[in-house]
Amino acid sequence: MATETAAPPVDRALALEMLERMVVIRAFEAQANQLYLSAKMPGLTHLYVGQEAVAVGVCSALRQDDTITSTHRGHGHCIAKGAELRPMYCELLGKEEGYCRGKGGSMHIADHRNGNLGANAIVGGSAGIATGAAFSAARLGTDRVSVCFFGEGALGQGLLYEVMNMASLWKLPVVYVCENNLYNEYTPYEEVTAGSILARAEAFGIPGEEVDGQDAIAVHEAASRAVARARKGEGPTFLLCQTYRYHGHHVGDVDRSYYRPKDEEQRWASERDPIALLSARLGSEAELDEIRARAEAEVAAAVEYALAAPYPSPGEVTAHVYA
Amino acid sequence: MPSVQLAVETRELTFAQAVNEALAEELRRDPTVFLIGEDVAEAGHPFKVLKGLVEEFGPARVLDSPISEAGITGLGLGAAMTGMRPVVDIMFGDFLTLIMDQVVNQAAKIHYMSGGRLSAPLTIRTTLGATRRSGAQHSQSLHAWVAHVPGLKVAMPATPYDAKGLIKSAIRDDNPTIVFEDKMMYAAKGVVPNGEYVVPFGVADVKREGDDVTLIATSSMVHVALEAAELLAGHGVDTEVVDPRTLVPLDRETLIASVRKTGRAIVLDEGYQSYGASAELAAVVSEGAFWHLDAPVQRMGAMDVPIPFSPPLEDVTVPTEKTVFEMAKMLCGRS
Repeated sequence: MATETAAPPVDRALALEMLERMVVIRAFEAQANQLYLSAKMPGLTHLYVGQEAVAVGVCSALRQDDTITSTHRGHGHCIAKGAELRPMYCELLGKEEGYCRGKGGSMHIADHRNGNLGANAIVGGSAGIATGAAFSAARLGTDRVSVCFFGEGALGQGLLYEVMNMASLWKLPVVYVCENNLYNEYTPYEEVTAGSILARAEAFGIPGEEVDGQDAIAVHEAASRAVARARKGEGPTFLLCQTYRYHGHHVGDVDRSYYRPKDEEQRWASERDPIALLSARLGSEAELDEIRARAEAEVAAAVEYALAAPYPSPGEVTAHVYA
Repeated sequence: MPSVQLAVETRELTFAQAVNEALAEELRRDPTVFLIGEDVAEAGHPFKVLKGLVEEFGPARVLDSPISEAGITGLGLGAAMTGMRPVVDIMFGDFLTLIMDQVVNQAAKIHYMSGGRLSAPLTIRTTLGATRRSGAQHSQSLHAWVAHVPGLKVAMPATPYDAKGLIKSAIRDDNPTIVFEDKMMYAAKGVVPNGEYVVPFGVADVKREGDDVTLIATSSMVHVALEAAELLAGHGVDTEVVDPRTLVPLDRETLIASVRKTGRAIVLDEGYQSYGASAELAAVVSEGAFWHLDAPVQRMGAMDVPIPFSPPLEDVTVPTEKTVFEMAKMLCGRS
């Protein structure tokens, strides 16, 4: 366990900011689901609801110039790293004002100004990009840190282990954040994951730490330790964040009884909800109502804007194939 | 050849030396360039192409990697997206199979998927070509796989001059670029200017002028075409040899202009003939020069078999100057 570096205590102002970000993510996702249900959004999307403490806990330990790579379930990472909601909804709807001019969509949203190198629709596909961003951070003489978010499903991909090996060999400033939401799409992870997850990191000489992924403060503290190690040139860290995906694999995955029981879903939502846990810890129930109202108003305005925003013109289709 | 070459002092270099010079010059010119690959440092790569680079630039810029082709390609991509210009060495073109997700789903698409806000100035060097007695997993020419994917650029140098100039262009290009080098050609010599030059992408080179038939040839097949042209000259056939030099972007105009002039064309490419680069090149000139054609455009590529180990079997899998000579004679109605 990498607990040797004591993180500074999280003050109330920062904790409230984290709470607000988590609430914004949840409100964003609720609207994204509505856009799907009302057939206003092309394609599908994968909701981050339930996992908010991981993205917010980690990204609140980062600077704007630190980079992240994200996953197909990436809206939470994007918001937590500082993205604005208007260009995010525009991207989800394929509009020209989207972060990627509508060419990426939910699964490829990237926000380069805030260091988000992109969501990725190939499970584990961004492990190389994140590790390469850490390589350049070190070689260019910066103290940038790179974070690689991935679900436990990516533990089945060989690329992850190839780059973890190099990150450890070359002491690269990268934090591998495994979000174990218990399901590889529609399959319980225990059915497809042998041995110990942390031992996989430790086999490469990468310190690993298991974190309660529903506890934003715990995630923030663990991430702060990992980021501090990376910034000091001490190499990569692996964080195993235990969390839970409230919705299905994607918005269309509504009947889930064949792979997980309803009472399990209810138990996580009622006993382990990251927003409720942080709010209770802060004694911030009154502030939470205000935060929710603010988030919902912000989300509603952004969706309204995006729905009215123009699509790219068809001539745009051949732009940006080459730089 | 461009006339710039005639105006400056030149010397003879092998293909391997020309590649080495290109890399050394770009490493010197731009501190964000680095090389990564298996055995690229002290070993200088199995073909010794990179000999001496680690001594000049050190192990921080010429990195021996684990045997993790996908990993080094992904790492290179991430570094490219964040301010560096990596050159990833994939020892054999057959190992493209191991890096396809990083190349096709990641590198090729990042600029487009991000609406032009991210880019990947990544160069991948790899090899092609049979007849080295290396068996089915070290002898393929798989450039068509990547030429098929929008967002990638593909270079196929056939001479030391082109190798040096195209690699320098590749490293300076803001797009992911794959350079295929014929491993049988590393010892071949050619004239290279002493000074600085680059060969731009998308500019074909007429390697020999002629009026009767056009041989459009890539990489290893350029030399087969030039030798066949010599044989054909002895039979009164005046052969033009056109080398596209890059498959993506492709200089359609030069190819089509040559075939409009000669009225006959054979496309030579060492990739598998079916669904290969030769099919695309043949289609381009068939469409562009249709009203000028005196005969159907022909293709000659690798036979559609896994490359066999046994020499007499392997040798018949690829076009040779003799088979090209026979095909061209037939096309020109000579016996």
